[in-house]
Amino acid sequence: MKYMVMMNTMKAGQGVPAWPKKDLQAHIAFMMGLNKELHERGELVSAEGLSFPNQAKLVRAGKDGRPITDGVFPESKEFLAGFWIIDVDGPERAYAIAARISAAPGAGGTPLNMPIELRPIMSGPPQEMV
Amino acid sequence: MKYILLMSGTRAGVQGYHAWSKQDIEAHMAVLHGINEDLTASREFVATQGLADPHEAKVVRGEKNGVPVTDGIFPESKEFLLGYWIVDVASAERAYAIAGQISAAPGPGGKPTNMPIEVRQFASHESKSH
Amino acid sequence: MTKPWDATSEQLLRELAPQVLGSVARRFHDFAAAEDAAQEAMIAAFTQWPEEGVPDNPRGWLIQVACRRMADHVRSEIARRSRETAVAAEAETFSPTLEIEANMDPDDTLILLFMCCHPALTLPSAIALTLRAVGGLTTAEIAHAFLVPEATMAQRISRAKQTIKASGVPFRLPSPHERLERLPAVLHVLYLIFSEGYVSSIGSNLQRLDLAREAIRLTHNMKTLLPDNSEVAGLMALMLLTDARRAARTGPDEELIPLDKQDRTLWDRAEISEGIELLTAALSKASVGLYQLQAAIAAVHDEAASAEDTDWPQILALYELLKRVAPSPMVTLNHAIAAAMVYGPAKGLELLRALDSDPRIAGHYRLDAVRAHLLEKMGDHEVAIKHYRIAAARTTSMPERNYLTAQAARLAGD
Repeated sequence: MKYMVMMNTMKAGQGVPAWPKKDLQAHIAFMMGLNKELHERGELVSAEGLSFPNQAKLVRAGKDGRPITDGVFPESKEFLAGFWIIDVDGPERAYAIAARISAAPGAGGTPLNMPIELRPIMSGPPQEMV
Repeated sequence: MKYILLMSGTRAGVQGYHAWSKQDIEAHMAVLHGINEDLTASREFVATQGLADPHEAKVVRGEKNGVPVTDGIFPESKEFLLGYWIVDVASAERAYAIAGQISAAPGPGGKPTNMPIEVRQFASHESKSH
Repeated sequence: MTKPWDATSEQLLRELAPQVLGSVARRFHDFAAAEDAAQEAMIAAFTQWPEEGVPDNPRGWLIQVACRRMADHVRSEIARRSRETAVAAEAETFSPTLEIEANMDPDDTLILLFMCCHPALTLPSAIALTLRAVGGLTTAEIAHAFLVPEATMAQRISRAKQTIKASGVPFRLPSPHERLERLPAVLHVLYLIFSEGYVSSIGSNLQRLDLAREAIRLTHNMKTLLPDNSEVAGLMALMLLTDARRAARTGPDEELIPLDKQDRTLWDRAEISEGIELLTAALSKASVGLYQLQAAIAAVHDEAASAEDTDWPQILALYELLKRVAPSPMVTLNHAIAAAMVYGPAKGLELLRALDSDPRIAGHYRLDAVRAHLLEKMGDHEVAIKHYRIAAARTTSMPERNYLTAQAARLAGD
């Protein structure tokens, strides 16, 4: 079963957190270790980090076929910072992975307890309808 | 350059979509299908996924006694990710143009939905796509 | 000398793969390493044969390459464990190719099927390992079929082999008693490979691997090895009778077309005949199993000239038998549909109520989808729309979601 695991944790204007260097490195090392484990278990489909919210664009269809790119995001919007696509045996494993990600270390090495959103991906083969 | 194009909506918005007429739904699907085919032909297509209905969404915040802490309660106003496209394009403008096409896909009565599509570039130094 | 690489060469290579693996695994007593070696031989063949031509003795060629890889593996293992020089010297002179070739056992493919579908493995692992070890597919092909990266699939297969190693399964045919016990697991894996065979054309200019055809081929091979087993024949028949409808199942935008709306002129009559012939032969034997029954149901559908001509009483009788032979919530669900067609939708809805308290299926999208369908037939459109929408929200298949959403929209628009 495939899931999308999302870190919707950035607000407009946020970038690299203002933690001490060793805390940043610990955070990155944690994520890399997690990805390695997911890969070794054959569960990792993809892991992506996105550029920061200040580069995000909200695009709408323009009248003459050209897109309008100056859309304004709501102030409270939580931007996607990164996501994983995982392929696991069942929901329990998906929750466990999300819980791991949530506990990634932040400032002072304390677990961040980020809210990690989990959604199944539409991936099942269709059954013939009778 | 890889970009992710995010289509989001509130629960109310999703229910509204379900109330479209059959022809309107089919017309909308056909246009999106056509965009996917064009992107495949131009070799800009990387991936597209639909996500399961918002009511399947869960949030995980760390774990307590080894069990992930999950809940499925979100504010009414929450914008859920409904689906995304990942494209590999030569410029940001091209990514915006594709987003504009998706936004122009027809809705009720055949008029463009004009839904806002968020365009985010992948963070190249962190990208681990296989 | 060599023959030129042509349209049949790939098929030949795939057929040889499990034979090569079987021979090498039996000789070296290390299934996991042998499987890696066989894979490498396959890849070497795929790379070299199109350029250099297919060797006169293709199996011998593959075994030779696989053995060299095994010898390399043995040598590096020895080097790593620093064993005595005598043993290392033996590895240098070891040349088992002819011996292995001569000792080929036609049962090897069967042994591999039982091994790869071992109950210790999860179904996705069993499917992946079976496709590689028995199907002769490359890791890249399998990864592509399941939309995961090649490296991920390679890991999954590697771990599957570790599980088999840990379970201590020997490389030999299970005893007749074990075979009887474990055959259902093998058939189940083959059936899953078949039904996972949904090929979306989006996003790939490469031919997406046809898993349904792979499943048919593997089941056919199994049938050759177990010619008297009526469930294997039943599964083969079921696959053919279902595959026959493939061209009619999806529309131009990949939308689903239900059975009663399919253009039957698009059904493959040759496949249907073949399926029915197989089924008839299988049913003539004493026992009737779940695949034979499912095949019989598919046959009744396939023999109907139009949806209206479908012999629903026959189908209902078959589902009643299936409920006794292999009861499951899905069978009950399908039985309810058949009952509705014979006795009216109210009867079908009544039978569905029993499932509401079954935790295996309560809340499953198909329950809502079937309920919606029956409610529509009863004329209760408002509640039908509600259940179509619930079903649409619960399925994880996009084409199904689109279909169910469209049904709700259709009813709402009337």
